[in-house]
Amino acid sequence: MIALEHLSLSIHGTPILDDVSFDMAPGKVFGLVGESGSGKSMTALAIMGLLPRGAETSGRVMLDGGDLSKLRDRDLCAIRGNRIGMIFQEPMTALNPVKTIGEQVAETLLIHTRTSRAEAMKIAAEKLARVGLPQDKFPLGRYPHELSGGQRQRVCIAMAIALHPELLIADEPTTALDVTTQAQILDLLRDLVAEEGMSLLLITHDLAVVSGIADHVAVMQTGKIVEQGETEQLFRHMTHPYTRQLFEASGHQPDRAAPPNNAPMLTVEGAVRDYALPRRALFGPAPTFRAVNGVSFTMNSGESVGLVGESGCGKSTLTRAILGLEPLQGGNIRLFGKDMTPATARDLRARIQVVFQDPYGSFNPRWRVEKLVAEPLHLLPSRPEDWRNRVALSLEEVGLPPDAMQRYPHEFSGGQRQRIAIARALILRPDLIILDEAVSALDVSIRAQILDLLAELQNRLGLAYLFISHDLSVVRTITDRVLVMRAGEIVEQGATEVVFAAPQHDYTRNLIAATPTIPDAWREDIHA
Amino acid sequence: MLRFALTRALSLTLSLIVASLVIFAVIEVIPGDPAAFMLGLNAAPEAVEALRDDLGLNGSLVSRYLSWITGMMTGDFGVSYTYRVPVSDLVAQRLQVSLPLALYALILSTTIAIPVGLIAAAKRGSVTDYGIMGTTQLGIAVPNFWFAMLLVLVFAVNLRWFSAGGFPGWDAGVMAGLKALTLPAIALALPQASILARVMRSSLLETLHQDYIRTARAKGLSRRQATTRHALRNAMIPVLTIIGLQFSFLLAGAIIIENVFFLPGLGRLIFQGITQRDLVVVESLVMLLVFAVIVVTFLVDIAYAAVDPRLRRKA
Repeated sequence: MIALEHLSLSIHGTPILDDVSFDMAPGKVFGLVGESGSGKSMTALAIMGLLPRGAETSGRVMLDGGDLSKLRDRDLCAIRGNRIGMIFQEPMTALNPVKTIGEQVAETLLIHTRTSRAEAMKIAAEKLARVGLPQDKFPLGRYPHELSGGQRQRVCIAMAIALHPELLIADEPTTALDVTTQAQILDLLRDLVAEEGMSLLLITHDLAVVSGIADHVAVMQTGKIVEQGETEQLFRHMTHPYTRQLFEASGHQPDRAAPPNNAPMLTVEGAVRDYALPRRALFGPAPTFRAVNGVSFTMNSGESVGLVGESGCGKSTLTRAILGLEPLQGGNIRLFGKDMTPATARDLRARIQVVFQDPYGSFNPRWRVEKLVAEPLHLLPSRPEDWRNRVALSLEEVGLPPDAMQRYPHEFSGGQRQRIAIARALILRPDLIILDEAVSALDVSIRAQILDLLAELQNRLGLAYLFISHDLSVVRTITDRVLVMRAGEIVEQGATEVVFAAPQHDYTRNLIAATPTIPDAWREDIHA
Repeated sequence: MLRFALTRALSLTLSLIVASLVIFAVIEVIPGDPAAFMLGLNAAPEAVEALRDDLGLNGSLVSRYLSWITGMMTGDFGVSYTYRVPVSDLVAQRLQVSLPLALYALILSTTIAIPVGLIAAAKRGSVTDYGIMGTTQLGIAVPNFWFAMLLVLVFAVNLRWFSAGGFPGWDAGVMAGLKALTLPAIALALPQASILARVMRSSLLETLHQDYIRTARAKGLSRRQATTRHALRNAMIPVLTIIGLQFSFLLAGAIIIENVFFLPGLGRLIFQGITQRDLVVVESLVMLLVFAVIVVTFLVDIAYAAVDPRLRRKA
């Protein structure tokens, strides 16, 4: 039985958590939902006693009647990994790259119990088998880099549950994973909770994920729990306006006009892209990997097309080929009838722009916004006299004040930075904007605003979007047609509503089935 | 792992061949007559011609290159023009000083730097950390010949614990040899240890911020256990790079320290070869040093693969 009682936290004087209280019951899943910066991860770290330096807490963290917040680090070490296990968001980096998975799982046993190394390895093998990594396929001697993200997350789970903890804390355990992998990991967690009778504290930004797994949900905003209760009741009633706001944002449908029935703009015919892999032998031929294999489709001007698929399916490679950044080994890509290749002239490149997932990573941090937004202008024969006015106009179009021009990217929030990236894409008045996971890193409410902005810009300026995403629910709200990509090939394409309502290909069906959704019946109460 | 080692060895052998071609070209092919260069401006034409014959400069380029390479592979480095002894004897003699000195300095600097870097990282932001950072800054800034003279003043002139210079030879006993090399090794190790300690500290600090350290803490490891069991091995990778570079440098770059302590090492031999225009010595020594650097690189590569399993499959 775990309970937080009036937990408050400040770090170097900045308040982070304010009077957080909740109970978790054995064998139940407790969902903690909130946007970034709401304090959900800090709540988990406070339970674990792993808060950063300068943290001051008040209130109590009760585990079977004992207050963890009063313990010294030494005593907490005996509890962490033993009575409380924890897994994190980034399975790719959560494991030590120089130790085998067997050693890492066995370590949990070795530091908490008097077990021999051989015995610990034997239990590690059992635990790995339990989380879906049987010894015949995944021997103990494997290193983390030999496993996929989902498999690594399973190793982390095996490490966390090796000693039957009373509480498992999972901090955004599936956010970095593909939708089908996410469904498998959530199933595994659900089974473990039922079998082991432990409590699961599931921290996520995704309401749909908690709706499918949690017994109880608490909604967090700026360090406070604004609402909590039994999951279905909470979703059906939503007494707090913030819960309602989150809920509406997560299923937000921007206002979109019907696409004009225009002429073809972008044609991709039988595109093939091979990558050279590292040579196996010093003088042998380099093996190749076919990332894009015979892809064909057409986009009309003013149209919004979605490209969905899991990581590694070739979406990003196809994008770079469409941008003319990489050569094709077969087929062709034409924009307005002209070939897009690395040799393409600037005037054609000016008609296509791109917005990436992480705007911060795609901005030079030492440039002011005016220089960042003006950068595509170098595709013109000479920089126009009125470039500053154009920058100001672009910023205005994305809802940023003109004084933003003189500031640096770090002075803006994630949503504002994505607006700057869109302004940069708009400045040349392109015909096509490629949005490569452009809203994936944003909180739901910010995402809803950006989707509205994109819809409004499209209606007004007649832009075409190629919307690349792993998130099917977003693609459904913003596109007219959708392409489903798998292992370098397009396995299904058609009108978005048709594909989602009646998927033809098994893979599309799996993707849609794996996407977490809030039951429609729960929504009806809200809108009634 | 074996495959990795073989592939690395093969590619480094290629580097060695390329390097030998470059050295050969620079010294023998590029305009200017090596024989005339060696004898100076006022040499008689007959003397130059005789030397050309002597050096085998009248053969074709290919045959000269091949005889140079095959000679070196059989241990025949040619005969020094100024010393009139086989270069291989000279090198063997000098290596008896330079190799132990380089190893001595390297062992000193590594055994000091790694624990010091570890302490600084573990106590980041403390007085100890600032003290270590200040000292290492000083260690890098102080010129090593000045530090060497200071060592001589304190330990040889005043305390009389060590002799001020010279090398008695290993025939005088291992302890006597080591004793003669101690002050030079300390002088060489100081800047190296300072750099290494700083690299160790920053590498460890970076590693301590990795997600897998947080995972280790969540498993119940104490801060110290997480550092020694998970961070240290990962933090060693950049440190190994620096150690490799430092050893290559120590082998031939000790010339100033060799001069301060009157040690008959490789650095002085090269320097003498250059000033006396003894191209046979210079050419062979440069090739030998390239060989040493490549061997060290190979050892560092193997050490990388031993530390990091991700490197074992790539080749």
